Amino acid sequence: MPLDAVLNIVASGLLTGLVYGLMALGLSVIYGVVRIVNFAHGELMATAMYAAVFAFALADIDPLWILAPLAIGFFGIGYGLQRVLVNPFIGRPEHAQFILLLAVALIIVNVLLVAFGPDARSVQVPYALDSYEIGPLLIDKVRAICAAVALVTCAILFAIFRYLSFGKAIRACADNLLGAQVVGLNVKHLYALTFGLGTACVGIAGCLMSMLIDVTPGLGPAYTLLAFVIVIIGGLGSMTGALAGGVLIGVSESVAGLLFTPSAKGMVSFALMILVLVFRPQGLFRAR
Amino acid sequence: MNRSVVCLLALLAVLLVLPLALDRYLLAVMILIFYFAFVGQAWNVMMGFCGQLSIGHALYVGLGAYTAAALYQHFGVIPWVGMLVAVAVCVIAASIIGWLAFRFGIGGTYFALLTIAFAEFTRIGFEHFDWVGGTGGFFLKVVQQDRFDLLNLRGHPVMFYYLALALAVGGFLVSAWLLRGRLGYYFRAIRDNEEAARAAGVNVFRYKMYAVQISAAMTAFAGVFFAFYYNNLFPEQIFHISRSIEIIMAPIIGGIGTLFGPVLGAAVLTLVSEGINAALEVGGHEIPGVKQILYGIALGASIMFMPHGIWPGIARRLGFERSQDDEDA
Repeated sequence: MPLDAVLNIVASGLLTGLVYGLMALGLSVIYGVVRIVNFAHGELMATAMYAAVFAFALADIDPLWILAPLAIGFFGIGYGLQRVLVNPFIGRPEHAQFILLLAVALIIVNVLLVAFGPDARSVQVPYALDSYEIGPLLIDKVRAICAAVALVTCAILFAIFRYLSFGKAIRACADNLLGAQVVGLNVKHLYALTFGLGTACVGIAGCLMSMLIDVTPGLGPAYTLLAFVIVIIGGLGSMTGALAGGVLIGVSESVAGLLFTPSAKGMVSFALMILVLVFRPQGLFRAR
Repeated sequence: MNRSVVCLLALLAVLLVLPLALDRYLLAVMILIFYFAFVGQAWNVMMGFCGQLSIGHALYVGLGAYTAAALYQHFGVIPWVGMLVAVAVCVIAASIIGWLAFRFGIGGTYFALLTIAFAEFTRIGFEHFDWVGGTGGFFLKVVQQDRFDLLNLRGHPVMFYYLALALAVGGFLVSAWLLRGRLGYYFRAIRDNEEAARAAGVNVFRYKMYAVQISAAMTAFAGVFFAFYYNNLFPEQIFHISRSIEIIMAPIIGGIGTLFGPVLGAAVLTLVSEGINAALEVGGHEIPGVKQILYGIALGASIMFMPHGIWPGIARRLGFERSQDDEDA
């Protein structure tokens, strides 16, 4: 196998992995603060993908243009979801939370199925076939743009948590819930903000992903599982871990596609997850 | 004999003569109810009694189904023997998962995710496992349905009706026996407070392993039944996570941790789902997905408004509340 081909595949896996990372980041942020495992994560992502496909098919809008409105819309969806549905379940047993979000996921994926049918749809932007040539590497323009947008989004999220007062307040809730309540933080509101931020991440990730692959309703459950695999490998609740895990899975998927068959790539991801759960349940990129 | 036993025996007597009055369609509906009552019961042993959430029970259904079917098709091993192998395979798989999880202290959410991961891993594996057909599916020879070949489990739906009924009754009895015995008390102690159970001297690791193994062994029977009843197996269908979710619906809606909950839940869900099918057919709106949406709403509403399921409330109203069923509901 020529080295060039391997390098190219690793590079493309790395770029896709950054988008995966953004998706997983949303899940991780929600879990890290609200301590709820968002089982409808991939379904929300699929919804964003359909929004992008729909805008493109209807008005020929480049998905990149609807990133901002989509992010705001998804922020609202996440905020509402937490406020209305999830909030009463905080403090209930884990299986109850799990089942609630499973129900949400089931509803979303089937609404998509009813609305758009089972056929695959795609977004073909005019520059879909362009690529950059860097030394021996040939990098798709679309993929590079997606990775860049994902990185910028992550940077914005990190900045929110680091510098903005409500970001700091959210971190306070995550670090010490009782303390946060004692100093008078509105925990319900902050939880909903967190859920909104996580959902906005997945909205952007979905919008980007719609340019990279064909969209079907079945992607919802598949991406939920993928997001879990990534955050568990990176460490549930860890932000850098989610990003690094995304890149790792992106690369391992593309390499597995090269070594075995593309359809077996999921097996490698699940095997990685099982190994991590067993030997380093706190995640690869997180101190115990 | 107390009242609940009398009621159960009366129900059983009705179910025994019921096939005389049922056409093929209703027979199929009843078989579905028994099937879901049984797998729900099996899942309930692990989650309802012992508190270990599995969302990967399709793994055991699939492994059981494929083991018995492959032995039958490739080597002519009769299903009654294949069943034992299937149970062994499932118990081994469950032991691996349980050992890995419990030895390394994985619980709660992480355990649930581990069960999903194993089921998905196996699904993709079977899709590339050509000896049993891979993605193309694995098919058992279908014979004329007017015979009763109990030895090879080939034949008329009425035979499957009684087999499914036997499974459901068997599952119920095993659960009742578990709840009454020492094992059941250990399970519930672990479920309610693992640390306290450990402090009281319960070997938590061992009993969690037992719970997982018993649950897997029971589910293996369901898998064998599935294989010989439907005659075709596709990894995409049998191992899929939506199958695992289907399995947990009945006990959740009926009442987690109760004896009769899975049975009631299976009956309610199956009848509702068949009713929806019929209504959609009459209305001419046979759109794929509509039924699942209603399922999702039912699941969400039941966990939101009836976290303990339907059964405990009914049991109280019927005056069964002092029976073993809902002692801990």
